[in-house]
Amino acid sequence: MSEYTIKDRVAIIGVGETKYYKRGQAPVPEFRLACEAIIKAADDAGIDVRDIDGISGYADDRNEASRLATALGLKHLGFAGMVWGGGGGGGSGAVGNAAAAVAAGYSKYCVVFRALAQGQFGRFGQAPVTNYVSGSPAYTAPYGLYVPAQWVALRTRRFMHQYGINQEPLAAVALADYYHAQFNPRAVMYGRPLTREEYDKSRWIAEPFHLFDCCMENDGSAALIVTTADRARDAKQKPAYIMAAAQGSNYRHNATIENSADYASSNFKTLAPRLFEMAGITPKDVDCAQMYEHFSGAVMISLVEHGFCKPEEVMEFVTFENITAPKGKLPINTSGGNIAECYMHGLELVNEAVRQVRGDSTCQVPDCKISLVASGPMVSPVSDLIVHSI
Amino acid sequence: MADEKKYYLPEGLPTPRAQRTGLDNEFWAASKRHELMVQRCNSCKAFQWGPEFLCHECRSFDMGWHKVSGRGRLYSWVRCWNPVHPALKEACPYIVAVIELPDAGNVRMVGNLLGDPMQNPPFDVAVEAVFEDHPEATLVQWKLTP
Repeated sequence: MSEYTIKDRVAIIGVGETKYYKRGQAPVPEFRLACEAIIKAADDAGIDVRDIDGISGYADDRNEASRLATALGLKHLGFAGMVWGGGGGGGSGAVGNAAAAVAAGYSKYCVVFRALAQGQFGRFGQAPVTNYVSGSPAYTAPYGLYVPAQWVALRTRRFMHQYGINQEPLAAVALADYYHAQFNPRAVMYGRPLTREEYDKSRWIAEPFHLFDCCMENDGSAALIVTTADRARDAKQKPAYIMAAAQGSNYRHNATIENSADYASSNFKTLAPRLFEMAGITPKDVDCAQMYEHFSGAVMISLVEHGFCKPEEVMEFVTFENITAPKGKLPINTSGGNIAECYMHGLELVNEAVRQVRGDSTCQVPDCKISLVASGPMVSPVSDLIVHSI
Repeated sequence: MADEKKYYLPEGLPTPRAQRTGLDNEFWAASKRHELMVQRCNSCKAFQWGPEFLCHECRSFDMGWHKVSGRGRLYSWVRCWNPVHPALKEACPYIVAVIELPDAGNVRMVGNLLGDPMQNPPFDVAVEAVFEDHPEATLVQWKLTP
């Protein structure tokens, strides 16, 4: 094994989040939500918030690291990093950056956070109104191709066509997320179960995505604390050791105007092998997975590209029974995820992976030792994380 | 009737405009002449889309333009039901198509698939370009090849 690895050298020792709100319902500004989540994560870790000396973000977070360090009274700031790219592709990557900063000695306690109040800023599902458009959007916007629901649908439909897949795996993901959310009091859709009939009757957004195949729009913030394995041993919580992290992109995946070299891909094909090599495990060893679901259909492609099943096996593998806790072959999105817990750009999925290996999930997978997080299918870069308990 | 409309989508969507850098002037000028152009490397002859300042195959900065037939394959399509722009409020559903161009190294273009928005065309079916003239720019639309 290469000595250049973060495997088991770092751990997540605390997680936290604000109350999760429907879009526009947060009673306080986004920056304050970020501060609250960071303070909660530090409390969960049992550290003084002022001992945080690294801040790691993604998706062009509006809440800038230096303002946070100043507002929180951090003694000093040793690392401030950002994963490029919008959306949820950087969620695990931000944890990877924090892990690297801690392993390199830049930071002792690095916080990873995401704050998002779509009610106070723009909505990802609505287009900006302008008179002119140039650059690559000039070739898409005049045709009404604007938002992720549409271009993720185009890629998902091509994948479904290639492998003879129907609506069933998409419904399974949406229903599994809602099922898991019914056990999670943090979830925005807690107490709001979803039936198959309601799913089928819900309006189309962009075929093959019904309303319930789409992530929610929310206000809130989530955060977690990364430190070295040595410091983690004395932590208040059982540490979730980082087995592996990876970020990146396939060959020319981001070629514009729908020209990704490998079109119907979740963009994990070159990451997943690096991830499993670092972790020293195979997909069969994963006890539960948190698979980013901006849209349900992308989940089945992510599962395939992580080696959980072959594309020809999607119809038999991605079923409600197989992907739900506690008895499924591979329970996924056990907090409700982006579709039914909160659309916190997938950082809620990282917190759930930590809770699973700590053993305090609201939908606990029995004897869960290893949990995988796949962040942001189809965007670029995407990222991956595996945590485990020792 | 869809074919009686002036344009496939209502007015009010943004008008495309060439980049200030000059990178894609030729595409928009050619569209107005009802010609479809794709970027092509003058050194290694590789096709490239979207346009960029250098060739991803050979790193040459000597990039040119190549006129293509306008015949393609329907690589994927999506029926859009949610009005994501105020101009689209009364226009849903509509179909966005991704077209592969076999005579240009299988680069892909995006447009609307003209005709009934409730049609269910097969994947990979033959399509051809249709030029939709607007006051300031010409859009490249697609229709099933009869």
